[in-house]
Amino acid sequence: MSLLEATDLTKHFPVRRGVLGRQVGLVRAVDSISFAIEAGQTLGLVGESGCGKTTTSRLILRVEAPTDGVIRFEGSALDGFDRDGLRRYRRSVQAVFQDPYASLDPRMRVGAIVGEPLVINERPSASALRERVSALLELVSLPARSRDLFPHEFSGGQRQRIAIARALALSPKLVVLDEPVSALDVSIRAQILNLLRDLQRRFGVSYLFISHDLAAVAHMSHTIAVMYLGKIVELGAAAEVARRPKHPYTQALFSAALPLRPGGGSDEIILAGEVPSPLDPPSGCRFHPRCPYAMERCARDEPLLLPESGRLVACHLYPGA
Amino acid sequence: MTAPVIEVRDLQTRLVTRWGTIRAVDGVSFSVAEGETLGLVGESGSGKSMTCLSILRLAPRPAARILGGSVLLDGEELLTKSEREMQRIRGKKVAMILQDPMSSLNPVFSVGMQVREPLALHRGLSGRPLTERAIELLASVGIASAATRLGAFPHQLSGGMRQRVVGAMAIAAPPRLLIADEPTTSLDLTIQAQYLRLLKDLQMRHRLAMIFVTHNLGIVAKICDRVAVMYAGRIVEAGPVAAIFGAPAHPYTRLLLESVPRLGETTEWLTAIEGQPPDLAALPPGCAFAPRCPQAMDRCRADAPPEFVAGPAQTSRCWLQAPP
Ligand SMILES: Nc1ncnc2c1ncn2[C@@H]1O[C@H](COP(=O)(O)OP(=O)(O)OP(=O)(O)O)[C@@H](O)[C@H]1O
Ligand SMILES: Nc1ncnc2c1ncn2[C@@H]1O[C@H](COP(=O)(O)OP(=O)(O)OP(=O)(O)O)[C@@H](O)[C@H]1O
Ligand code: SF4
Ligand SMILES: [Mg+2]
Ligand SMILES: [Mg+2]
Repeated sequence: MSLLEATDLTKHFPVRRGVLGRQVGLVRAVDSISFAIEAGQTLGLVGESGCGKTTTSRLILRVEAPTDGVIRFEGSALDGFDRDGLRRYRRSVQAVFQDPYASLDPRMRVGAIVGEPLVINERPSASALRERVSALLELVSLPARSRDLFPHEFSGGQRQRIAIARALALSPKLVVLDEPVSALDVSIRAQILNLLRDLQRRFGVSYLFISHDLAAVAHMSHTIAVMYLGKIVELGAAAEVARRPKHPYTQALFSAALPLRPGGGSDEIILAGEVPSPLDPPSGCRFHPRCPYAMERCARDEPLLLPESGRLVACHLYPGA
Repeated sequence: MTAPVIEVRDLQTRLVTRWGTIRAVDGVSFSVAEGETLGLVGESGSGKSMTCLSILRLAPRPAARILGGSVLLDGEELLTKSEREMQRIRGKKVAMILQDPMSSLNPVFSVGMQVREPLALHRGLSGRPLTERAIELLASVGIASAATRLGAFPHQLSGGMRQRVVGAMAIAAPPRLLIADEPTTSLDLTIQAQYLRLLKDLQMRHRLAMIFVTHNLGIVAKICDRVAVMYAGRIVEAGPVAAIFGAPAHPYTRLLLESVPRLGETTEWLTAIEGQPPDLAALPPGCAFAPRCPQAMDRCRADAPPEFVAGPAQTSRCWLQAPP
């Protein structure tokens, strides 16, 4: 049994206009996606800005209610949880958000922010709490005096580390990491990624890892899901998807990885065409207006996510589809 | 050589907190010419944002004090300007894309209103042409269905969209100097590439000077002419991009370059720089990097290294480069 399983998960946002709030459109942020997160493993979620990654994580965190579809945690549907069950779920699933500025309470000192989940759930003694908080701060390379400061007194990367320390406080079963390292410089990024992996090894925690840093995703993940405009277009073992991408969008995405050295050649596949809109997704395959291989049927029929070369791909190029 | 657009000399910014004074910017000097891009890189907390904010005199009050130095924009000293004069310079002559997009966006106004504002203010547009230009601007940073999105509020956009809206606002009226503080952290590679091309285009057409703060060394390699590496409030190495990447002089720069995970590599653990970043309120005597430096000598722990010449147009604050 998977730790978490999402089936046909869907989230649509109505777009309203004017005083009467007339609905003028529908943002299909997440459109019937299915995936699983295994215990002790990492699912990497990648895709263009605006394709629905954060919305997916907000659905898992139950900050947002799905328009359709089911999420199961350890076999039971979230919808069926009573208050107690929900409380346990919230404890087991923690998050580090994309925006470290918005997610930390500006009126609380860092020590209180990091220690809050412990205080609520475990009621440790004052000295035990101090010790745990110190250990957590050290884990993310923040000086001990940080505990007495407020979030605004930290740089962008330092705030992100505060959020990570807080998320790890309760030894959760699943941590949703939405761009956890993009605000960090490479050396601290390496430290944090190593730390996350080490914690996974030791405690068997699972991660949903969202990042635009494809090398980091490939490094961290067991499985990678590639999203395009609210849909999963490729899903499979991380090494396979990263090294031998099958879907034309995945190929473009991974080819755009910048070379490290100046003048170093990149075989960047430049995506032609307009950035598509989730308000008005293209017919058939949503990628067809920008796809270098698009055929006639691509504009007509929506490809299904089907097995191909040991993974799932939604593309008419492959016979399975 | 043309005169630099921006010249920063020995900038000193302190942050006064209850726990001591932080040397956030400690004697930073650099200049950027017309059409040139300077990359500013370095560890989280090393003072990159504070350096940029100090140039615009936007460092957080009341904690921040600019104690000394000079910031010349086209030869004019900014540090002695009145707040009224600075307001006119910001947005018009110098535009900055802040690291935190939400601090440039007002949550209660629609995206459309916020993008129209700089266009109306600095371009004198109004009515239909104003709306059209706003839509064009949003589309140019890759916001799809831009016309429909004008009515959206910031929280209804994805993280990367918010970042691009702020970018669009900064380039609404091309400035002399564009300071971009981590403008692409939430962008995927294809949109990032498109956005960088847009900035480069804009730079070429208007010959703007650009300061680009980023953790992404790939971006530095791609779009910067020169790069300055910061550590603990100081520029520890500076020089042309090719020199810094090809022959880094400072041990910190070298380790920074080695920490980048690469696609296709299957190492179990990533190379990280050992040890803790320094506490800027209690810096060690000597070189601030010494406690973590694999090559530290006795001298490093005793005296702070001055700036040495490390190559043509390349400088390094490291005793290893001291002339014999
Ligand atoms: N509360 C909301 N109301 C209306 N639309 C929303 C809301 N939240 C998200 N959206 C829309 O849903 C789509 C997906 O957004 P989401 O934040 O999930 O993208 P993302 O993949 O996380 O992108 P990024 O990489 O830029 O963070 C976007 O078009 C966004 O504008
Ligand atoms: N408002 C503030 N009050 C007190 N100290 C602050 C404040 N803002 C930042 N600092 C401190 O100033 C130092 C420099 O911060 P700065 O934001 O310039 O770092 P940075 O190089 O931009 O880092 P990052 O890459 O994480 O954004 C940091 O050590 C930070 O803790
Ligand atoms: S289905 Fe067609 S348009 Fe879509 S990715 Fe495959 S080839 Fe391209
Ligand atoms: Mg997001
Ligand atoms: Mg910063």
